[in-house]
Amino acid sequence: MFDALTEKLQQTFKRLRNKGRLTEADVQEALREVRMALLAADVNFKVVKQFLAQVEAKAIGQDVLTSLTPAQAVIRIVRDELTALMGTSLERVRMASNPPTVIYLVGLQGSGKTTTAAKLARMLVHQGRQPLLVAADVYRPAAVEQLTALGAQIKVPVAYETGRDPVALAELGIARSRQLARDVVIIDTAGRLHVDDTLMEELTRMQARVPGHETLLVVDAMTGQDAVRVAGTFNHKLPLTGVILTKLDGDSRGGAALSIRSVTGLPVKLIGSGEKVDALEPFNPDRMASRILGMGDVLSLIEKAESTMDREGTAELAKKIGHAEFTLEDFKNMLAQVKKMGPLSKLVDMMPAMPGMTKPKGAIDDRSVVRTEAILSSMTRQELRRPDVLDGSRRRRIARGSGTTVQEVNRLLRQYEEMRKVMRQMKGTKGKRGMPKMPFPPLG
Amino acid sequence: MAGFWERLKNGMTRTRSGFGDRIRGLVMGREWSEDLWDELEAILYEADLGPEVVEILLGRLRSRLRHERARTAEEVLTVLRTVMAEMLAVGDTERRDPYQLTSDGPEVWMLVGVNGTGKTTTAGKLARQMSQRGHRVVLGAGDTFRAAAIEQLQEWGIRAGVEVVHQSPGADPAAVAFDTVRAAGARHLDLALIDTAGRLHNKAHLMEELKKVVRVIRRENPGAPHEVLLVIDATTGQNGLTQAAVFTEAVQVTGIVLTKLDGTAKGGVALAIAHHLQLPIRFVGVGESADDLLVFDPDSYLQAILGELHG
Repeated sequence: MFDALTEKLQQTFKRLRNKGRLTEADVQEALREVRMALLAADVNFKVVKQFLAQVEAKAIGQDVLTSLTPAQAVIRIVRDELTALMGTSLERVRMASNPPTVIYLVGLQGSGKTTTAAKLARMLVHQGRQPLLVAADVYRPAAVEQLTALGAQIKVPVAYETGRDPVALAELGIARSRQLARDVVIIDTAGRLHVDDTLMEELTRMQARVPGHETLLVVDAMTGQDAVRVAGTFNHKLPLTGVILTKLDGDSRGGAALSIRSVTGLPVKLIGSGEKVDALEPFNPDRMASRILGMGDVLSLIEKAESTMDREGTAELAKKIGHAEFTLEDFKNMLAQVKKMGPLSKLVDMMPAMPGMTKPKGAIDDRSVVRTEAILSSMTRQELRRPDVLDGSRRRRIARGSGTTVQEVNRLLRQYEEMRKVMRQMKGTKGKRGMPKMPFPPLG
Repeated sequence: MAGFWERLKNGMTRTRSGFGDRIRGLVMGREWSEDLWDELEAILYEADLGPEVVEILLGRLRSRLRHERARTAEEVLTVLRTVMAEMLAVGDTERRDPYQLTSDGPEVWMLVGVNGTGKTTTAGKLARQMSQRGHRVVLGAGDTFRAAAIEQLQEWGIRAGVEVVHQSPGADPAAVAFDTVRAAGARHLDLALIDTAGRLHNKAHLMEELKKVVRVIRRENPGAPHEVLLVIDATTGQNGLTQAAVFTEAVQVTGIVLTKLDGTAKGGVALAIAHHLQLPIRFVGVGESADDLLVFDPDSYLQAILGELHG
């Protein structure tokens, strides 16, 4: 449904290639594609309009028209502008000089406040802090139980007392933090609509009694055009200090991030990227810009590869590949290297969509990697080094040992064969530094 | 349907500039002119209709206007409303009462969707409304993943006076579904309502898990699930479309529940879903109490979006 912008732009310019010289009208056409991409990514309509006006001014001022690769030039301007708009520095959750630091989490129903509260607490524990959670959502049935269960899971105390209203619970949080010597108090508030005056006023009363050092708006990354109004209203009524964007492990483009940033000026401080309690990450403006444009995140991918693969291992591997003696054992090592970078499904999300190639949506199942590993681990050293000894009987044994089927073992061996062919071909193109392009086979 | 229209309108007046108000403010009492197109486009976009649907709508509107020679802004709006109504008219041609159960044995309804859209709340509201209508209902706590989701459903079970079939957290949701369907059969109940855990549609293994739940239900009760309701947050943008497409592919969604419609004057993604996937919207959620789940009525919905039209 949403083709990658890069691809569309390339098509647009391909059509224009034979024209010899590009006109302003051609750039306009390209910008129309950008506009569609932004709108499909749920960036607010007004924000898109304003943004494109800026880009147009830049694009026409620069040498896009005479550039040899106008598509790239336009994309670069769009991307740079987008990144600039999103904020250039990494924003952190600030700690008060005089503890306890009070952090409020506010937002609409279902945006993920309770889960985020636990994730944030866990992150702070890892940074050497002593957080305390306050269950101040007294409206949703079992919200308190949810936070209590999460608190037990991450071993962070949860303050709550039946019968207290949210204002009294905030005060209870402060009292408990003193008793338990806790330096951060995270208050999980009830989900509320920005148009609900009674509940908004309740938040104001809470903050009058227990002022927050950080009041973070938790926003679902899938939010549409309304994001602007929601953030605007919350920001108008409360002293918001930042935004946490949740459910970014979904496939929404997250245009809401741009809308909120440009309308309220609030920095996105953290992003939720999974269901587990450790899935909370700092926000990377550059990465977000690419995501909104559907361009993937090659940079982060490279960084990740560099930081997690050990150099010796990859050098060894590269050497092996150079000699075209790529064995199953090497394949096993390679798999281990790639796995260090994190779940494959996440890596695929970072890759840009290639022209003419659709990204396998959710098709990469991390468990298929586990199965591949199981198969490889069920082979003897001899089999790993000389796969040609693998006859039917051995394959059956491997399938049984790894809890898979002979078909799966066969498929893996076919994939391995293909990879080896690719490796042989690459032998001719030696001399490039670092890891060669990873010809990762379609698993599963 | 007065109730729906009133509630929705009340909900909408809480937002400062409703979609319909803006359109009316824009065009009422004015002669239609070309420069109004841009404004209309902006309003449609801001209602989360999305690029594709906006283009289609405006295209159809243009060609209609040429035929029908609409002059005043009111006339143009009337045409727009007709075009939107056509887009919403999907699914069952004659709209049946969604509260009515059609099969003889116990029916099985499932609630599916991404995280935080209000599946558990909707399950609770439905349980209460159905039992108020004399149906004998059992709830299945199929969200075994989220902490305290079972307790949340049990709370709703108490409010609705309905039994909740559950296992311990972390249990296999298919096993819970099986128990629920079996309980409904053994006790000759009318409806088994099964809540499921929120899952992002791009998580292949979670979608597989959902397929398994359906397989298990089907094995126990052929013909079930009779209704698979995809619960979508009305503030969702274009991703709602992808969600609907993927869930439909995995578990044959039969209808949409649009929740939290009171927080937005829009919910335009519903139109996009109706257009692209031909899925009818069955219910809308407009508030926190059990009565705030309403049968979706396209006419009232459009009336609420576009405002009352005269002439």
